[in-house]
Amino acid sequence: MGGDIEVIAMAEMVTAQGASQGAGQPEATKRDFLKLTTTAFAAVGVGAIVWPFIASMNPARDVLALASTELDLSPIAVGQSVTVMWRGKPVFVRHRTPEQIAAARAVPLSELKDPATDESRAPRPEWLVMIGVCTHLGCVPLGQKPTDPTGDFNGWFCPCHGSHYDTSGRIRRGPAPSNLEIPPYSFMSPTQIRIG
Amino acid sequence: MRVIRSLALAASLLAAGPALAAGSAPTPPDARFGFAGLFGTFDRGALQRGFQVYKEVCAACHAMRQLSYRNLLEIGLSEAQVREIAAQFQVTDGPNDEGQMFERPARLSDRFRRPFPNEQAARAANNGAYPPDLSVIVKARPDGANYIAALLTGYVDPPPGVEVMEGMHYNAWFPGHQIAMPNILNPDGVEYADGTPATVEQQARDVTTFLAWAAEPELEQRRRMGVQVLIFLAILGGLVYATKRKVWADVKH
Amino acid sequence: MAIGLHDSPFKNPVIRWVDQRLPVFTMMQKEYGTFPTPRNFNYFWNFGALAMINLLIMIATGVFLSMHYTAHTAYAFDSVERIMRDVNYGWLIRYVHMNGASMFFIVVYIHIWRGLYYGSYKAPRELLWMLGVVIFLLMMATAFMGYVLPWGQMSFWGATVITNLFSAIPLVGHDIVIWLWGGFSVDNPTLNRFFSLHYLLPFVIVGVVFLHVAALHITGSNNPLGIEPKGPQDTLPFHPYYTIKDSVGMVAYFAVFAFLVFFMPNYLGHPDNYIPANPLSTPAHIVPEWYFLPFYAILRAVPDKLGGVVLMFGSIAILFVLPWLDTSKVRSMRFRPIARIFLLLWTINFFVLMWVGAKPAEGHYVLIAQIATVIYFAYFLVVLPALGRLEKPLPLPESIARAVLGPNATLGGGPVPGAVAAKPMDKA
Repeated sequence: MGGDIEVIAMAEMVTAQGASQGAGQPEATKRDFLKLTTTAFAAVGVGAIVWPFIASMNPARDVLALASTELDLSPIAVGQSVTVMWRGKPVFVRHRTPEQIAAARAVPLSELKDPATDESRAPRPEWLVMIGVCTHLGCVPLGQKPTDPTGDFNGWFCPCHGSHYDTSGRIRRGPAPSNLEIPPYSFMSPTQIRIG
Repeated sequence: MRVIRSLALAASLLAAGPALAAGSAPTPPDARFGFAGLFGTFDRGALQRGFQVYKEVCAACHAMRQLSYRNLLEIGLSEAQVREIAAQFQVTDGPNDEGQMFERPARLSDRFRRPFPNEQAARAANNGAYPPDLSVIVKARPDGANYIAALLTGYVDPPPGVEVMEGMHYNAWFPGHQIAMPNILNPDGVEYADGTPATVEQQARDVTTFLAWAAEPELEQRRRMGVQVLIFLAILGGLVYATKRKVWADVKH
Repeated sequence: MAIGLHDSPFKNPVIRWVDQRLPVFTMMQKEYGTFPTPRNFNYFWNFGALAMINLLIMIATGVFLSMHYTAHTAYAFDSVERIMRDVNYGWLIRYVHMNGASMFFIVVYIHIWRGLYYGSYKAPRELLWMLGVVIFLLMMATAFMGYVLPWGQMSFWGATVITNLFSAIPLVGHDIVIWLWGGFSVDNPTLNRFFSLHYLLPFVIVGVVFLHVAALHITGSNNPLGIEPKGPQDTLPFHPYYTIKDSVGMVAYFAVFAFLVFFMPNYLGHPDNYIPANPLSTPAHIVPEWYFLPFYAILRAVPDKLGGVVLMFGSIAILFVLPWLDTSKVRSMRFRPIARIFLLLWTINFFVLMWVGAKPAEGHYVLIAQIATVIYFAYFLVVLPALGRLEKPLPLPESIARAVLGPNATLGGGPVPGAVAAKPMDKA
């Protein structure tokens, strides 16, 4: 290959090499531009190679498909709570007493760290459905069982770092930044909900 | 020239491939499927008809356990249609709060219902033969699509002198010719919603297309991406080679 | 400069700070920047770099596949299918890994052949060569165990046949096989340990590759003429000359690789491996992956269990002593007109072994395999030792520069003054 390259003596070659380092020469500019384009192209290629690897760690399609859990509410008596699994996390479902509802609705928004009305959190006031994961660092708060501590606000208490939630699952005291999250859910019938 | 020689070496390595796939079975004829070839794609109509054939005929004995109902969204069916199809099947779920397993209509996320709970049950119901899972059958047979299309239409009378064993059937394309599966495709055995005449050949082509998709659902995306990658490499190759010529321009070698 | 700091030529303050304390940048500059490399490499010299890239691709794809793979006989097959269907770009990563194994062997076989043709195994590069053979053996072990992981029919029966090779060992063979299996057949314990070792061995390969490259940088590269560089006029700095030349080869390599992955991903595989493993039924015709076929053919050529196993391992072990079997002082086959013909015959014979390894072990195929096996060994044990004494090599060129530039170059008779010629430090 390279039959078109003229024979040059060794000393001349070295001169040429040295000279091509100097800026401003047309030959050098052309080569630099070519090098730059090639490098940029190769960089794009490497970026395109990296993406599938990153994407492969996102939830797979079968994981995304398992997005709903159904629950029959009829066996849950007033004042009782159940915990169900949804997307690998506990969901708290509480059949609230009139006192708990009243307590939750009586709180002025100005007292709340993360203001939200109880009406917005529980459209059907007797049913409170929320993800039972403390918004601080992901522990499961206590308060589902009758024997559990319920915190200073009669709701839930996270034992890991001492976050207190009220009867609407709103953060009232402690390090957690926000209220317990409400998952997407809908009533399929008055006694049947689908979460997700 | 040395480059050429090395390429020739690589090419002959590749050529060693087909030898591996060779078996004793007769070579099936080329059915000229639209998805064959380097740039082929699946015909959506054929996929949907093929699923119908699978559902109404094959699924009586053959499972497809790698597939879920949600996968049917990819063959052009709407979500409502797929939900309706899934709801026709009862799947086992549980245990419930009483600790019992229970049946419920299938949802999108459920795997295709299996006709038999396990291999033993399948054999017991099929005279000792095991109807294989069809999820990847097209990849699991040499020249899979052509073979299956030929097999499904390959039930002929045995040549004189050939004794077909009890419970077996003669098939021109099955290795050894004696197959436990009976000829199950009948003219108008299914009624296509799109009005396509349901000849045996048509059903065989359609269900083979569906099985080919089931085995390689990524095929269309893969080929599309392949074209993009090769175009990119062609441009990059030109640039790199030009850069190489420039870099070496002042060196005699 | 504070006492004890390394002297660094770099200007960038961060690089300089690191380099003064741990001179990795100086080292990279020395080994991959200015490293004096023979100026006459052809494209065969791409394949070492390609093998390195291929190893990295295999490790990267393998690490990500293992995030989704389940090493259990009940789940392995389905978890691979889940990768193919549900994991984002899982099909891509798996097909790259699967075809990457084939690409790795293609690249390494060409790399080895390059060594055979240009005599790269001869002094002073014997250890470099032997380290390469170690890498090849580790690759074979890794590839074999990786092929078991999808738990298809070929996985299972391949594992059964290959592990049974060890039962040929007198006295303790049976116990060794039981030990390898962790049971009384290839089963879940076997799959688990194969997965563990399949994950481990590539990193062992990385270690040996490091030694291989270190040895290369001690002796310097061989070249198509097979004569040592005599001075700076015979060499070029590695960068940019060979970084760019390797890049050309790399793009071509990626094009072949991409064509396999995107358009014929199962071409080099076997359909039976898409049938889940069934310990009760052996496929009618079991064959290993294509890259093992020549050695498989040697195994089957011998009608004796122990003999076949010994010859098969011997066919690779013989490469370790090749530097001492070849008695010729001339490295490159360019100057060995007779040896060159024998090497080409041996190469054709290698493909014959590959072809016959895929055929059933019966009838005339056995005879062909036996003849080809004899030729394979005869080249190393008879032809090379004898030719070193009998063959009259062509005259070697005086120097690389002389051969490259031709007699017309104004080099004069003696060596080019080093002060004027390309100093390795002069980076273009």
